[in-house]
Amino acid sequence: MSASALPAQPTPPAANGTPALEVRGVTKSFGVLNVLRGIDLTLRQGEVLGLVGDNGAGKSTLVKILSGFHQPDGGEILLGGERVSFSSVESARSHGIETVYQDLALIPQLPVYQNLFLGHEITRLGPIRLLDKREMRKLARQYLDDINVNVPSVDAEAELLSGGQRQAIAVARAVRAARKILLLDEPLAAMGARESRLIIDLVKELATSDRLSIIVIDHNYAHLFELCDRINVMQGGRITINQQVHETSLEELTELMVSSYRRQIEEVQNAGA
Amino acid sequence: MGRRVVRAFLFQRELTPIVITVLLFVYFTIKAGSTFTGTLSLSSASGYAGPIGAIAVGEVMLLVLAEIDLSAGQVFLFSPWMMYWMHNDGLPLVVAIVIALLACCAVGAINGLITVRLNVPSFVTTLATNFILYGIVLVYSNDAEASPIPLSGQTSFISQLMGSWRWAEILWVVAITIILTIVLNRTRFGVRVIATGGNLIGAAEAGVPIRRVKVWCFVLCSFVAGLVGIVDAVKYGSLDPGNFGVDYILYAVGACVIGGTALTGGRGTVIGALIGAVLIGVLEDGLTLTGVSTNQFFIWVGVVIIIAMALNVQFDRIIARSRSK
Repeated sequence: MSASALPAQPTPPAANGTPALEVRGVTKSFGVLNVLRGIDLTLRQGEVLGLVGDNGAGKSTLVKILSGFHQPDGGEILLGGERVSFSSVESARSHGIETVYQDLALIPQLPVYQNLFLGHEITRLGPIRLLDKREMRKLARQYLDDINVNVPSVDAEAELLSGGQRQAIAVARAVRAARKILLLDEPLAAMGARESRLIIDLVKELATSDRLSIIVIDHNYAHLFELCDRINVMQGGRITINQQVHETSLEELTELMVSSYRRQIEEVQNAGA
Repeated sequence: MGRRVVRAFLFQRELTPIVITVLLFVYFTIKAGSTFTGTLSLSSASGYAGPIGAIAVGEVMLLVLAEIDLSAGQVFLFSPWMMYWMHNDGLPLVVAIVIALLACCAVGAINGLITVRLNVPSFVTTLATNFILYGIVLVYSNDAEASPIPLSGQTSFISQLMGSWRWAEILWVVAITIILTIVLNRTRFGVRVIATGGNLIGAAEAGVPIRRVKVWCFVLCSFVAGLVGIVDAVKYGSLDPGNFGVDYILYAVGACVIGGTALTGGRGTVIGALIGAVLIGVLEDGLTLTGVSTNQFFIWVGVVIIIAMALNVQFDRIIARSRSK
């Protein structure tokens, strides 16, 4: 039933075989609220997919299902063609999926380097596996230098960083740890121009290196058109529009969104009649 | 130089209570002389500090999680009773001790599971367990004192180690303090504790198993209290069912606060909790020896707790202000 609401879009043949991630008919309700009403989504290898939609369209819920934070009520998820189910964030991580959450998930009282390694701490060899703080500090400094993120010190506690620096640390943590899929839930919110540029460049570089396949949620269409290969629009818990970025324009996308929205209203009215 | 001293006090919260303890020590030494610095007096100071410290150092783990365990004091008292009953039922002493400690761990696990699974605030969960354990002791002891305690008052190494030696208890607490300090600051588990207490949702999103971390900390706190509880019973040689754990836990939370642990979560110092306990011990012993009515002791404890907490809050504000410049 959700498929009939989709405008017919030509799907180009997959560049290199099996998609990195496929979501089929995923549903999720919180009490009486049906947040996801059957999500179908495909993420190709090395692709950057933009996800847009109004507040409450279900974008963040979808991301939290893919990251293992929520469990879906129905439908299935295929990772590299294989059916998977994530019982926890840890299990999604072990499949190579990392997420940058809207709230950043940083620990204010922990220093930058410990936030960067949260959940992936390096421990020294030996019977008692103590943290190797020196190694983590060194790697953190190196890594942040590599991706041009400036922080006062890797020993600074996260609560002392600016909003943009915090965001950069959260993105850096996910990028560093991700092996297959990177999920970015509004990675550019609260960022200054310089820092946004930094993250955009980082994501573009990751995409061209084909190391990761990426889903980005953002409200800024200029950013999305620059970053993404394809854009999916979510409305009312479904994906209603699926457009290749190089085949569309902001005007066309807006038009499609408006007409899709009208169609949904009519559907509801007809159902009521 | 001056700046460095100020910085040290701002960032090493244990320094302030250390200085206060030393000042108290000097004051009582001047006032009471060798009566205060004698073995008898110092061992009685450590006798006050031991139980408070044992409960406080475990409690810090929970305060860092932004949780609290009000039952740890009663666990401290319950554990030796458990050992005593099991031993009286004919079980070998080692088995009786193991069962007692497992029972303490079970109490911790129940505290933790009720808190994380049923979403009962830990303040309430552990308040309830505190009463239940107190009741169990009263019912099964028939409200009668127990003595002698096995191992107590013997000269064997095991007996000395388990509490008969006058310094055994405080040394147990020091050893546990060192271990818990390493656990909190140097292990993956410690990072998870700080993360869970610092940003609950964020920690969960980052893959920290927040519920499991909390349950283990409740178990740890009960285990430590139960272990030193047995040592304390061996030291004194008898058990009084009328002892109420709340007396102990309130001192212990006070010791944590004096040591520099706020109750806001995400931060805490195990060493500070021990120092807080020692401060209270020195204060009680010193006031007794200098002939001041022991009733004054409570006034002073209250004053110290308020000053310590106010300093903590003000230090945090100074740090925040200097950083935002």
